Amino acid sequence: MMKGILFLTTLFVASFAKKTFERDQVLRITAKDEAQISLLKELSEQEHLGLDFWREPVHESLPVDVHVPFHSLQDIKEFLENNQIQYDVMIMDVQDLLDDEEREMVKNRSSPKSTDDFVYTAYHNLNEINAFIDMLVAENKNLVSKIVIGSSYEKRPLNVLKFSTGAKRPGIWIDTGIHSREWVTQASGTWFAKKIVKNFKRDPVLTNILNNYDIFLEIVTNPDGFAFTHSHNRMWRKTRKPNPGSWCVGVDPNRNWDAGFGGAGSSDNPCDQTYRGPRANSESEVKAIVDFVKSHGKLKAFVSIHSYSQMLLYPYGYTRTPAKDDAELNKLAKKAVSALQSMYNTRYRYGSIINTIYQASGGTIDWTYNQGIKYSYTFELRDTGTYGFLLPANQIVPTAKETWLALMAIMKHTRDNPY
Amino acid sequence: MKTFCSVWLLLSLVELSPAPPASQEPPLACTGAPDPAPPQPETAEDMASTGDLEPTHYPARRAAQVALHYLNTHHGSPFRVFGLQQVHKASAEDVAAGGRKYKLDFSVTDWGSGSATMNKSSEEFFSNTTDVLNIAGPALRCSADVLFPRTERHSAPEVQLHCEALHQINSTAQEEDAFYQKYISPDSAVSARDIPDSFGNVSEEMQPFWRLARVAASFIMLRESSENTEFNMAKVASVTQQESSGEQLMLEFVVLLHDLPSQVTHKHTHRLWTLMDTEAVCVLTVCVCSAGDRSVEAAGVLVSRQRRQGPADRVAAQMPSRHQTPKLTL
Repeated sequence: MMKGILFLTTLFVASFAKKTFERDQVLRITAKDEAQISLLKELSEQEHLGLDFWREPVHESLPVDVHVPFHSLQDIKEFLENNQIQYDVMIMDVQDLLDDEEREMVKNRSSPKSTDDFVYTAYHNLNEINAFIDMLVAENKNLVSKIVIGSSYEKRPLNVLKFSTGAKRPGIWIDTGIHSREWVTQASGTWFAKKIVKNFKRDPVLTNILNNYDIFLEIVTNPDGFAFTHSHNRMWRKTRKPNPGSWCVGVDPNRNWDAGFGGAGSSDNPCDQTYRGPRANSESEVKAIVDFVKSHGKLKAFVSIHSYSQMLLYPYGYTRTPAKDDAELNKLAKKAVSALQSMYNTRYRYGSIINTIYQASGGTIDWTYNQGIKYSYTFELRDTGTYGFLLPANQIVPTAKETWLALMAIMKHTRDNPY
Repeated sequence: MKTFCSVWLLLSLVELSPAPPASQEPPLACTGAPDPAPPQPETAEDMASTGDLEPTHYPARRAAQVALHYLNTHHGSPFRVFGLQQVHKASAEDVAAGGRKYKLDFSVTDWGSGSATMNKSSEEFFSNTTDVLNIAGPALRCSADVLFPRTERHSAPEVQLHCEALHQINSTAQEEDAFYQKYISPDSAVSARDIPDSFGNVSEEMQPFWRLARVAASFIMLRESSENTEFNMAKVASVTQQESSGEQLMLEFVVLLHDLPSQVTHKHTHRLWTLMDTEAVCVLTVCVCSAGDRSVEAAGVLVSRQRRQGPADRVAAQMPSRHQTPKLTL
C-alpha cells in the first residue's frame, strides 16, 4: 500500500505534464561491474530519453530501477543488450498498475457500500466487520440472518451469521477469532461469509448442504480481545476480563471449556497466556456458545479456527486416550488437508491435538465432541512461523480460498454421513 | 571484500518465564455426555515418546526446530534464513548420561532466496488466475542429532547437523557486502519499529534487518529450547543503529519470541556488531544483554561459528593478504 502511494507520488511529481503512462515499463537493471555502472550513469544524463530513475546507478551490487517511457523503450533495451547489461521487466505496463492502484485507493478511502465493495485483501477492525455483517444480511435476506448469542465482558454483541433455507435443520458451526491476535482467521471468516452467499445456487454441493443444514458462522468470537489488538496490543490473545487479586487481565477462551478443565495443558496463573479462568465457562464469550450449542441440540459439525501452524486437528487435547471416532476423524482430516493442499501446495499436518501440537485442556472441540458433535475440528491456518500472527494481508485471500476447500470436504462428509 | 562470515555470541544467563503449566489432580468429568463416558484427563507426565516418532507430531517437530536454530546460527545472514519444510523421519532414545537424543531426517528451505509474490489481480474475489505464492527457495535435505540434556537447571540442547549441498547454494556475499557498505557510512542511523507491522508488512529495506534479527534470535532460541518449547520470532519490536566505531557496524535489536506450547511471547534485547580486523575480515558478534521481562546480569559466554567457505572466499583467496580465516575462540 505504502509502496503504491509512493509510486503514485513519484510518478505525479516526475511526469506532471504527461497524461498517460500506457505501455511505459519499469526495468530492473543489474550491472555486473564498474564499467556498466558508468554506462548507466551516462545514460541517465541523456535527457531526451525521458528516463526516470527510481534507483540510481550507484554500485554494481545494487539494482537500478528505471521508468522508461514507451518511446524510448526499444532504444534502451537495444543499448542494454548491446552492452550485455542484464535487465528484467519489473512493471510491464505502468498505466495498468496505476489503474489498479487507483481502484484500490478508492475502495480503501470510503466505507464499502456493499459486500462486493468490501476489501477482502486487507485487515479490518471490529466496526468494519460488524458493518460487513449487517450489509451481508441486508443483501441476502432470504438466506442470511444475524443472531446475537450473548455479549462480551465489555458488553459487545456476540454476532453469529445464520445461513438457512428452512426451519428445524441440523447445523454446522464455524468460528474464527476466538484468539484475537490470530487476524487471518477473522479475515478468512468474512471471506467465507461472502463465499457462502456467492456460491449458494451456483455450487451444487454447497447448495445441497444448505438445503439440508444451517451454517452458523461467528466471525469475531472474542470482540473485546480483537478491539484491544487494534487499540493497544497486537499480540493480545485472551479475553479482557480482569482477574480479581491480580494485575493481569484475561482468560484463554480456548482453555475455559468444560472438557478436562483444570488439567495439564492450561494454567492457573491469570498472567499466563493459557490461563483457564476461575471455572469452566466463566467467560461470557464461551458461555454464549455453550448455551447456543445446548439449546440448538442438533449441531453435527463444529469447526473452530485459529492460527498459526498449518494444522487440522481433532480431539482430544486434554488426554492421550484416542477419541472413539479417531479413525474416521483422521481419515476425513487427511482428505480435507489434501483438498486444501491442492490449491497452492500449502502443507498441513493433521492429527489429534495432543499428539500434533501440544497438550491442551479445557479446549473448545474437546467439549463439543463430548457433547456428541462428532465432526469437531480445529484449524491452525497459515503460516508456520515466518510471519506467524502477523501474516501479510496479501495472504488473506489465498489462505481463505485453500481453507474453504477443506471446510467443504468436512461439510460434505457431514452431509453424507448423517448421525 | 568484506563479508559477514562468522558470529560471536555473548550470552546472558537469561531465565525465560513462565514455567510450564502446573498440573493439578483433575476433577472427575461429569459432562452428561452420551455413553461411553468421556476419557479422564491426564495428569502432567513425561509424555515424550521414544523409538520411532511420527514425523508430523510435535516431539519430532520441536527437535527439528532446534536443529533449524542451530543451522541459522551457523549459516544465517541478512540474506539467508532457513525454515523447516518437513520432517521425513525421526526417532528418539534415552541416553545413559540422562537426557533424550533425537535423530532426525528433514528438509529445510531458505526464506531469503524468494519473496512472497502474488500474481496480478489478486484482489479479484473470484480470480481465475492462480495466486502463486513463492515463499522459499529449493529444499535442502538435512540430518541431525539433537540431545536434550536432563539437568537440574535448564541447559542448552546439543546439536550435530549435516545438510546436503549446503555449500552449493548461492552465496549471498555480494548482498552482504553491499548491506555492510550501505550502513557503515557515518551518516547511517537506522531506526525502525515493528517489523513486521500489525498487518504483516516488511519494507524491502527492512528485510535484511528482519532476517538478521532472526539469525541473532536463533542463538537465544537454540539455547532456551527444550522438549517443551517450540520457538519462532514473532516480530522485531525495534532495531536501532548504535554509533559505529571505526569499522564496526553496531545494531541493537529488541525482538519478540513466541513459544507455541505456552503461547508466551518473550521479549529479548540483543546487540549485534561486526568486527573488522586489520586484514579486513568480517566477524559478526551478537551480545544478548537483558531479558525484557526480568532484568538479569549479563554474563560472558563466547560462542563462535565456523567461517563459511563460499565462492566469495575462493575469490578472496586469490587476493593476497586480504582475507584470512579468523582465529575463533570458544
